[in-house]
Amino acid sequence: MSIIQIQHLYKTFGTGESAVHALEDINLDIQEGEIFGIIGLSGAGKSTLVRCMNLLERPTSGSVVVDGKEMTALSEKELRLARRNVTMIFQSFNLLMQRTCLKNVCFPMEISGVPAAQAKKRALELLELVGLAEKAGSYPSQLSGGQKQRVAIARALATDPKVLLCDEATSALDPTTTASILALLKDLNEKLGVTVVVITHQMSVIEEICSRVAILDGGVMAEQGKVEDIFSHPSTDAARRLVYPGGVSLEQYPSGTRAVRVAFNGGTAYQPLIASLAIDLGVKVNILGADTREIDGKAFGTMLLGLPDDPNDAAKALSYIRAQPNVSAEEVAYHA
Amino acid sequence: MLETIGAFWAEYGDVLIEGSWETLIMVTISTVLSYVIGVPLGVALIVTQPQGIRPHRGICGVLGWIVNIGRSLPFAILLVALMPFTRALVGTAIGVKGAIPPLVISAAPFVARMVETSLSEVDAGVVEAAQSMGASPLQIVRKVYLPEAMPSLVLGGAISVVTILAYTAIAGMVGAGGLGDIAIQYGHNRGVTSLMWVTVVFLIIFVQIIQWVFNWWSKRIDKRLDQTADTRKFAPLEMLAHFVHTK
Ligand SMILES: Nc1ncnc2c1ncn2[C@@H]1O[C@H](COP(=O)(O)OP(=O)(O)OP(=O)(O)O)[C@@H](O)[C@H]1O
Ligand SMILES: [Mg+2]
Repeated sequence: MSIIQIQHLYKTFGTGESAVHALEDINLDIQEGEIFGIIGLSGAGKSTLVRCMNLLERPTSGSVVVDGKEMTALSEKELRLARRNVTMIFQSFNLLMQRTCLKNVCFPMEISGVPAAQAKKRALELLELVGLAEKAGSYPSQLSGGQKQRVAIARALATDPKVLLCDEATSALDPTTTASILALLKDLNEKLGVTVVVITHQMSVIEEICSRVAILDGGVMAEQGKVEDIFSHPSTDAARRLVYPGGVSLEQYPSGTRAVRVAFNGGTAYQPLIASLAIDLGVKVNILGADTREIDGKAFGTMLLGLPDDPNDAAKALSYIRAQPNVSAEEVAYHA
Repeated sequence: MLETIGAFWAEYGDVLIEGSWETLIMVTISTVLSYVIGVPLGVALIVTQPQGIRPHRGICGVLGWIVNIGRSLPFAILLVALMPFTRALVGTAIGVKGAIPPLVISAAPFVARMVETSLSEVDAGVVEAAQSMGASPLQIVRKVYLPEAMPSLVLGGAISVVTILAYTAIAGMVGAGGLGDIAIQYGHNRGVTSLMWVTVVFLIIFVQIIQWVFNWWSKRIDKRLDQTADTRKFAPLEMLAHFVHTK
């Protein structure tokens, strides 16, 4: 069953000469209980799209149906009620700085008129759920980024929403904290059945938790589908730019080049991998592109490797790479 | 030296105490009333601005215009010009009672701008978060804007109170009572310059105390700050303790 259905959505900011067409003819169908990713480069219109889902931004035209309700047809008051069902977390957490964590989680319940005692009880349960029960009396300024996002998640869940929108929720966090927040989102998705919409510009985030993904490019929907499919066979330029690290296009390499996309999820660093390929197997691979970071000696990110021409060597290299801990490798299509 | 001070105090002590008391009354009542008018005005300015939570070009324009006019009229002129109005409103245009209406009318637009500035410092993201949870504009004002801006509002409060204090001294020129009145009547009209200077010293001390108290208060309630011993200390008491200690 679909929980969010968007049809022919357009959003234009301004008019005339200075008009910005932030979204053009967007069609989306998000299923209840899934974790759906929306990825795109900066300025692609991701935030605008997600803000159209709870109507923080009013679409210029088109239809947005959430949980069976046509959001664009609701009155201000009905909309405020509907928003309790589609809550949101943000890159900058947006906690109330003058309230304790507990009071922050109570906030949406105060808004909706839940009696104080009941709200407090529920808030404590939610803080427990996100693993921050001991911080109930602390103020946001006393928390780390990851802890703040956990409080924000607890707050977003306070009204028992059907959908949790996450706009770059991990972009301000380091890779380890990002991983723990993503794990929490996945866990909540499984435990509570809440549909999660993840907005990001990082492929790794999509890879980690999403089942389906939509790629936004300059305000239009470039491609959408299952994450594995798009990763292995990106069919549009926009998808290739995101899937292939460093934005390399394979056209610049001689045809016949076999390429493999390697994702590092916090395991061994990549340099030793390339080196040991050469030493252990005597196989030399080309780095066609890389977008990796090393944190505390652990590698995160993706790399595109050109495999040797010899099919035997290529197969050996591929299985060697796949055998590494915390590394996943996929051969990718390199023709348009 | 002590004798001179003793003699001076014997002669003018009562006058100074009464003047200080009147100033205190005028400042307190005027501040409270200015905030009663200025806070809703400042809130309305923020809420109705184009990026606000209830944009309204007309209201925003008219209020901005009224506040600007109020801000641009010099207090001394307003004081005189309002005299008939003041008389009609409170029955007199002199004394503490007569000073309050012009003080409030002059300070309220000032307070409105101070409030507007403080509220505009509230993170737009936090306001957006509240909207995304289905908060109404009124709830956002009461539960987000005002509490989140409180430390800044308190700091702005010090500026408002000091401004009103300065206005009361001007009001003294037309017989409003208070320290300003003493400075004019004794210092200027009767040539007791020493008393005039003493009232100046009193005013300086008042300003200093106001600033200390409000700074301390603002820090005390600001949960963004580390609430350790340092922010809880009250500067004047610390200084006093230090003074007593070194003696
Ligand atoms: N309120 C607004 N007024 C005018 N233009 C806007 C407004 N909000 C967004 N835009 C424009 O719409 C386009 C899409 O912006 P949006 O914030 O949705 O991008 P994004 O994909 O979220 O980017 P980022 O990754 O940087 O957050 C941009 O060109 C932006 O300048
Ligand atoms: Mg964005």
